[in-house]
Amino acid sequence: MTEHTVAAFDEDLNAIDGLIREMGDLAATMAGSATRALLDLDNPLSRQVVSQDALMDARQRDLDERAITLIARRQPVAADLRMVVGAIRMAADLERIGDLAKNIAKRVGAVGEAVAPRRFAHGIEAMTALVLRQVEGVIRKYEMRDAEGLSALRADDEKIDIQYTAVFRELLTYMMEDPRNITACTHLLFCAKNLERIGDHVTNIAENAYYVLTGRQLSPDRPRTDETAIRLAE
Amino acid sequence: MTQMMSPASIAASRPATEDVKLEVRKLDFFYDRTRALKDISLSLPAKSVTAFIGPSGCGKSTLLRVFNRIYELYPKQRAKGEVLLDGRDILDRSQDLNLLRAQIGMVFQKPTPFPMSIYENIAFGIRLYEKLPRSEIDGRVEQALRRSALWAEVKDKLNASGLSLSGGQQQRLCIARTVAVKPEVILLDEPASALDPLSTAKIEELIDELKADYTIVIVTHNMQQAARVSSRTAFMYLGELIEFGDTEQIFTSPQDKRTQDYITGRFG
Repeated sequence: MTEHTVAAFDEDLNAIDGLIREMGDLAATMAGSATRALLDLDNPLSRQVVSQDALMDARQRDLDERAITLIARRQPVAADLRMVVGAIRMAADLERIGDLAKNIAKRVGAVGEAVAPRRFAHGIEAMTALVLRQVEGVIRKYEMRDAEGLSALRADDEKIDIQYTAVFRELLTYMMEDPRNITACTHLLFCAKNLERIGDHVTNIAENAYYVLTGRQLSPDRPRTDETAIRLAE
Repeated sequence: MTQMMSPASIAASRPATEDVKLEVRKLDFFYDRTRALKDISLSLPAKSVTAFIGPSGCGKSTLLRVFNRIYELYPKQRAKGEVLLDGRDILDRSQDLNLLRAQIGMVFQKPTPFPMSIYENIAFGIRLYEKLPRSEIDGRVEQALRRSALWAEVKDKLNASGLSLSGGQQQRLCIARTVAVKPEVILLDEPASALDPLSTAKIEELIDELKADYTIVIVTHNMQQAARVSSRTAFMYLGELIEFGDTEQIFTSPQDKRTQDYITGRFG
């Protein structure tokens, strides 16, 4: 976009955009590390995720302050206004993704007392891969100003939901097979639920980013993906 | 992004049910040989506020001056096309200019009270158009001052000079003077640009009240003001109407890049 006559206006907007990118990268790192820590019972890695959450919160507060100051000082309109309001909303979703990742990481200690057999983890690993692709993709597509890509990415959340249902059924089966699995599987189930919630926040971010870029809202109902198509692809 | 509509098709796409007060059709305006307005077409809905915005020299004030043909006071200025007030072309030679200026009143950037009492500032205009007994004129003066939110401030000093009022009060006096002759359309050319924020707010509040009874057109350099007071906004550039739409849409998602660049401060 053309530059503002007042250069400081561009600097303020760029600073906010930079924070969104930074929070997006951090969210992807946290979600990835948290799941890995849980599956590998890696305590140091889980503690790292917990400390990264404090960083995420600080970034969000910084962004909020900058956005509010920018509104007060420069009264943005049109694309500028959409960008600032969109950034506030996207930052809130990214911060929630950080919380959910921290939540997964905090379970590492608890699962450690009742080690889940490695074979329990396949479904969660597949789900994590899907979620990470979404988290990384949404920020990348926003950066690239790829509105159509965001719309497609939003539709892809369906794949996470389907995988979540599959993981749920799988873990339920292990628990019925042997009650000694219950503790470990319950933790994994919460972990899967948190990953599914992360997917929902990515969907919100995609919707906000689409509005920021185009000025139009995506239709309220997501097109549903064909479940069998995904099964075949895997 | 949606394709930009030509000004003509914007006018055509307005719902037919909407009550159009003023309709501009293929209007050109010339200062001698300079073409200052180029093929402008737009419809102004009745009893609502329309704002004209754009950089200096874009033609917004020129367009306003066509609406009551005030440009005819100057030589070598002429308009070509049609401007329909309730369907009747006011650019027609047969149009009575005094009647037109009573129907379409105008308030200027600098307050222009007459060097006479507050009372006379308003009564003067009324007497110009109507023969009324003194008691009725008193009533009309009070009504106009109340309508312009000035009554409480001046009711005890109606014989004081209009020039003794503050800038903001003088501007409201000018609006009262315009309202007193019962116009149908009120043209405001930068009515608050010389006023402090509080006086500006009072003028904006007044515009909000007046729109219940009048069709209001405001030219302003203050974009936030256009966003606050109007329901429609027209963006003009180099004598052309670039974009005309609901104010909400213009200030959140303008369709034309030039509109976007102007309102966000990226111009030139």
